[in-house]
Amino acid sequence: MVETKVSMEVRSPETGISVVDIHGDLTGTSEDILMAAYEEASNGQASSIILNFTDLDYMNSSGIGLLVTMLIRTQRKKQALLAYGLSEHYRQIFDLTRLNEAIGIYADEATALAAAN
Amino acid sequence: MSETPQNEKIPRNADSWATPVDKMEVGDVPDSAMNLNVQGRRPTGPLQGFGQLWQKTYSIRLADITVSPTKVISEWKAHFPEFWPDGNNFYGPLQGVQPGEVALLNLSMPGGAKLSTGVRVIYADEESFSFMTPQGHMFSGMITFSAYDDDGVTVIQIQALIRASDPVIEVSFRLGFGHKQEDQFWFDTLSNLAAHFDSQGQQPTLSTVCVDKRVQWSEASNVWHNSAIRSAVYTPVHFTKRLFSRA
Repeated sequence: MVETKVSMEVRSPETGISVVDIHGDLTGTSEDILMAAYEEASNGQASSIILNFTDLDYMNSSGIGLLVTMLIRTQRKKQALLAYGLSEHYRQIFDLTRLNEAIGIYADEATALAAAN
Repeated sequence: MSETPQNEKIPRNADSWATPVDKMEVGDVPDSAMNLNVQGRRPTGPLQGFGQLWQKTYSIRLADITVSPTKVISEWKAHFPEFWPDGNNFYGPLQGVQPGEVALLNLSMPGGAKLSTGVRVIYADEESFSFMTPQGHMFSGMITFSAYDDDGVTVIQIQALIRASDPVIEVSFRLGFGHKQEDQFWFDTLSNLAAHFDSQGQQPTLSTVCVDKRVQWSEASNVWHNSAIRSAVYTPVHFTKRLFSRA
């Protein structure tokens, strides 16, 4: 079996906002974990989902594909998708793949939360 | 839409990614190639096209041979054009698939016509590599080529996350022949690659998921860049040029 090297926790710092903390590698093998985290994050009728990439170790192009799929799901539910904690390198990857045109990118959780409100 | 980053860790695969560009630059290509629809075009991803968003996963299991996934990817990157179906040309750099490189594609169309478009390599490591398409390509999106071990069997996979770029291409998808042509292309590629490793009789499979059923009307004007229409208009010029260059 293909090994999965990622874990995710979901928390709700404010009503209507969920944060998904991503730890480890985001690759094609992360699909089930990411989508389960998204479902959990959406359960409370969250209007905004924030992805915390501070502990992201590695992401390949399949990981970007998963983020595209997740973005489409949030758009369907009219939720906002935001992100923070991206290194300069991964900010460039969001630029390269043009994900930055659809996902709001912020420096830290406080600014992401402010934008989500 | 962004603010100053907080985290400055350099990931272990940093060199596997291309740097962002606003426009694609085509390198040297043979005189015989139709070089159209790539130079100066903006890369597009799955969020930029017009049509429904599809995730299409083509795979083949090399159950009858032993070859590592990294060996498969190494060979595939080095000889990528050789595994394409006959009549289709991939004009990439001699050193093979590498991040940031742009390749010119001349694809066979029904009736013997050629379609000129391209791809940019956005990611390449030992286990996978990915392309993005330029404006005007039939599809807006990403295609990822990978290999992995599944309980001792090496599986080769092509995963396309794509939308039809414009309404004309979307119609071909809705009528089915756009999908059929795309599927056959990648089935043939996987079979050719499997044969390269002396794996015989393995059948490629396809899993299709419609990720987004909506069309994006804001992207309808992409039809202006449609590479099939532009290639068809340019074809007589291309052949006239070739005729006179031989004289």
